[in-house]
Amino acid sequence: MTDQTTQTPVSTPARAKPAKGGFLGLTSNDSTLLMIIFGLLIFAPFILNPFPEGSAMAQFNAGYPDLMQRFVIFGIFAIGFNILFGLTGYLSFGHAAFLGVGSYAAIWSMKLVTLNVIPAIIMAIIVAGAFSWVVGKISLRRSGIYFSILTLAFAQMSYALAYSVLTPITGGETGLQIKNTDNPLFGSLNPGEIGRANFFGLEMGNSYMLEIGNWVFTFNLGYYIAAVAMLVAFYLSIRIFRSPFGIMLRAVKSNQQRMNYTGLEPKRYTLWAFVISGMFAGLAGGLMVAMDTQVGPERMFWTASGEVVIMTILGGAGTLMGPVLGAGFIKYLENIVSKINKDILHQWFAFLPDGFEDLMVTLVYPFVGKGWHLTMGILFMLVVIFLPGGLVEGGKRIAGLFTRKKTADKES
Amino acid sequence: MDQIIVQVLNGLDKGSAYALIALGLTIIFGTLGVVNFAHGALFMMGAFCAVITSKILSASHRVVDETRTDFLGNPLEVETFYVQDWFGMAAGQTIMEWAVPIAIIFAIPVMILVGFAMERGLIKHFYHRPHADQILVTFGLALVIGEIIKYTFGANPIQTPAPPAFTGSLDFGVFLGYEAQTIMYPYWRLVYFFFSAIIIAAVFAFLQFTTFGMVVRAGMADRETVGLLGINIDKRFTFMFGLAAAVAGVAGVMYAPIVAPNYNMGLDFLVLSFVVVVVGGMGSLPGAVAAGFLLGILESFASMPAIVDILPGINQIIIYLVAILILLTRPRGLMGRKGVMEE
Repeated sequence: MTDQTTQTPVSTPARAKPAKGGFLGLTSNDSTLLMIIFGLLIFAPFILNPFPEGSAMAQFNAGYPDLMQRFVIFGIFAIGFNILFGLTGYLSFGHAAFLGVGSYAAIWSMKLVTLNVIPAIIMAIIVAGAFSWVVGKISLRRSGIYFSILTLAFAQMSYALAYSVLTPITGGETGLQIKNTDNPLFGSLNPGEIGRANFFGLEMGNSYMLEIGNWVFTFNLGYYIAAVAMLVAFYLSIRIFRSPFGIMLRAVKSNQQRMNYTGLEPKRYTLWAFVISGMFAGLAGGLMVAMDTQVGPERMFWTASGEVVIMTILGGAGTLMGPVLGAGFIKYLENIVSKINKDILHQWFAFLPDGFEDLMVTLVYPFVGKGWHLTMGILFMLVVIFLPGGLVEGGKRIAGLFTRKKTADKES
Repeated sequence: MDQIIVQVLNGLDKGSAYALIALGLTIIFGTLGVVNFAHGALFMMGAFCAVITSKILSASHRVVDETRTDFLGNPLEVETFYVQDWFGMAAGQTIMEWAVPIAIIFAIPVMILVGFAMERGLIKHFYHRPHADQILVTFGLALVIGEIIKYTFGANPIQTPAPPAFTGSLDFGVFLGYEAQTIMYPYWRLVYFFFSAIIIAAVFAFLQFTTFGMVVRAGMADRETVGLLGINIDKRFTFMFGLAAAVAGVAGVMYAPIVAPNYNMGLDFLVLSFVVVVVGGMGSLPGAVAAGFLLGILESFASMPAIVDILPGINQIIIYLVAILILLTRPRGLMGRKGVMEE
């Protein structure tokens, strides 16, 4: 495979201004964006924990390690998916397969080679990349709905095989965990000791608790490793969006025929986008294993693929921030809104007269707790119907209302 | 040989369900050009029509029976069913047992209305949006419908028995000269197969032999010209959406005794019936039906012990494998029309 950048002289669109000297090769806007993400990631334990412990609002705190890790990991997954769907418009309904394959690769690396997470994550990226190359090579022979069905078929096959025939490799229904019988090649374990994932000796579960007044902030090593990975992923995504390669991918979306006539091969660019997004999914899968050393086949089920589609669209497909926002939003709903139960609702509406209180609780209850899927589905539909650009577009529209810029309409 | 017949028979009922859902999907796609990911949800709503009907029919109230007493000597409270009050004991009992077939009478108008509402309320606004948007919004709708069902009926499958006249199995082998008990086939599955054959025939006859059907077919071939001839094709297409919803609905009603309805069955069937549509060829009604039966039967063949021994796990993936092979070798599917959804 030749380097993509050698192909570029054909088009030098105005948007791809070569960033002269800027920070890490980014324009000032993009480096601001990157810095925002950097700040959010660093200070997430503070930002996500705005309410003091023990207060009525404490249940809305999302600053505990498990959830913060999930925000970041699914953020990476969605960023990768967005490189494929947002830029090329190819809707893959089987991306969870790459995440699952990456997870299996990572856990085998931990079981056999070393409990250090870095080799495991690298393994995950490589294996997921290779697998997505094979799937992409075949699926990309078709486009539109056929592409969606093909990717879905591959993912469902992977799921079914992991569940049944490949049990020696995948552990079948129970999945894989690190057991006390595992003895990795490197690293010294006492016989019978269950290994834990570590980063050059530091365990992933290590946390530092900071107490300020009533607030408790948790700084978790695993989270920060995932955060670094996400920062890198986000940076790569910016670079891809702004690169000539990214322009090519946009061209695939807008007019493949014209690309063909210009003498460019759309399939090659799309395949690379597919592999890159597969590798991002593998990275997410590897990180999942690094945080919580277990894998099960349900990670590859097609609803998991549907979830990343929902995240990306909800946040805003084709935008840089969109997938990150979408992933955070969905995971917040999943973990926080799902915990609201009837008692909590009664507390909230306690200020109302009794009859109204019960009425409000009855009205709201179907949408929270176990019903959070309903909220998600409705939100998703509303976004697809009214706000095709997702939350990012919504934010822009609201900002536009305040600034009343007339140029906003002319923006192409 | 008897093994093969058993597998063909086993494949028929699942194949019938695939064929009915795929038929509806293809009607919607052929007329309105919309990829409807919520079609599995319509199938599920049909199955829940059966559940609701059977619940309504077995609604009961407690009556104090003065002539009988319980062990403490108080008058006994007897649970009586309304239908038995109205139609007499024996007739009421029969009505309750035949809840599933009776549900069809309710399901058809309900599903047609649901179809109208869906088309007018949502899908109409998506004709000029990309297929990806259509997929996404109908996928969202499918999630929402599934969750509403889950909220109303709970997450557990609800057993909905077939009428007692159809419980038990038919000794099919005897007709073919095998010994008794070699080929057993549950009556209800046989009923399901014949039922779906009738529905499929009715839909085809409707399209082929009525003026309405002729106009619809003309509209599928060239919507613009039909419109120029002064025919309100949109109205007819909306009706076809309702019809497709009703087909999926009755398929669901009759399937309720075979698999107990739960809130997930819509999505389960949706994925497979999409594969069926693609294998049959987008926009081809006979293709959808043929592929439905073909894949249903293939699936049951693949689960034969003899085959699973040679290729373990093949029963899990056969449908997807066939779909991949067909899509790569015959891009238009088995009977796809030229120019439909190509790139």
